[in-house]
Amino acid sequence: MVCESWKAQLDKYLDGELSPDEVRAFDAHVRSCSACSTDALSRVQVKRAIHVAGKRFTPSAEFRRRVHGSITAKPKRTLRLGWMFAVASMAVLAIAAFLFTYVGGRSGREQVYSEIADLHVATLASSAPVDVVSTDRHTVKPWFQGKIPFSFDLPELQNSGFVLLGGRMAYVEQTPGAQLIYDIRKHHISVFVFQERSLPTRLQGNSRSSKELSFNLETWSQSGLRYFVIGDANAADIDSLAKLFKAE
Amino acid sequence: MVRADPQSDSFEELAMPLFDQLYNFAHWLTQNREEAEDLVQETYIKALRGFSSFQMGTNFRAWIYRILRNTFLTSRTGLRATSTVPLDQEEDAPELAVENETPETILLTRSSSQLIQNAIDGLPVHYREALLLCEVEEMSYQEIAETLSIPVGTVMSRLSRARRSLRQQLGRTLKPQEETSAAEAERGRDYGL
Repeated sequence: MVCESWKAQLDKYLDGELSPDEVRAFDAHVRSCSACSTDALSRVQVKRAIHVAGKRFTPSAEFRRRVHGSITAKPKRTLRLGWMFAVASMAVLAIAAFLFTYVGGRSGREQVYSEIADLHVATLASSAPVDVVSTDRHTVKPWFQGKIPFSFDLPELQNSGFVLLGGRMAYVEQTPGAQLIYDIRKHHISVFVFQERSLPTRLQGNSRSSKELSFNLETWSQSGLRYFVIGDANAADIDSLAKLFKAE
Repeated sequence: MVRADPQSDSFEELAMPLFDQLYNFAHWLTQNREEAEDLVQETYIKALRGFSSFQMGTNFRAWIYRILRNTFLTSRTGLRATSTVPLDQEEDAPELAVENETPETILLTRSSSQLIQNAIDGLPVHYREALLLCEVEEMSYQEIAETLSIPVGTVMSRLSRARRSLRQQLGRTLKPQEETSAAEAERGRDYGL
């Protein structure tokens, strides 16, 4: 077969891998050989088709932001997911602050706060932070029906700046409750709701804010339910969200 | 947010423009969105961590693709995918002439990208990655060799086999369609259409 040696080089020719001299020789041959020109044409068509079909998958904007954030904010981190490490380190700080501040023994109250902080951090570090994903309170609230032994109201958020991201089940001291995750200016805030009488630890005071922790935390009791609002947002935001709940 | 050092800035400038391409390649390798995201995330973290060892002026694209590909190979999916690929004893043999069986022209005029995507999906991972780096990323043989850490000759033979396999798959896909079309035409004639 006269064309056999040419055809063996055809892919290299089309991939631009031949030298200029070889390309010139190939050009001349292809112009005079209908079999090779037909073959070349069909292979070019396949190359183009693969080029188009191969650009198949597009990353989401959220994922791009996440990766971008991980390489700009915490470049020296060595864990697999930099953003998780950032959140986890805040947990360590929070726990360390608890230990440092209350050295000499942790009361039951601090233990509950610590658990709340741990839950919040674990949620943010999770690849599936919410079990019910919805910004609609009328979707999120019914999801808890039958899962927790009480009911509660979710506030209207219109014009508040807060966005409901979803909810999940939470347990503190083996007591089931609801965890709601809100977003405000890219800060995530968790709101935990438990039945007051079910918590083994009695939390004194109707309302308490804590500012000495890495996280801002506010807790209060209302209608037999114990609320905790926690996040790395500023204290004013935490308080605003707490007020929205208190108004319900 | 405070930038930690200028190195992360230059890394960002080099790495972020490749984000879409790396994700696309990762998804083709893992064939799963979540795994592709994990793979890309891990690649960026590893690349940033090892960026001080990258020599400026050399091929950053091949470097970061190599990190992604090596990360994939050590992942559970990667190990599974590569363990099912038989060693091809002829891999480094001289490239063979490809038979002039051309279902392509017919195919390309009437079918969608879906058929081609399915055919690429069906390729063994070593062929798939070489083909995608060549046709989608438009890397040179040398770049592909660097990325995959294999000789250029092996790149050529893998490409050749990938293309042949793709042709065969497309041919098989087309055949039933052609037979259906022929049967329909036959029926048309029978009814005097």
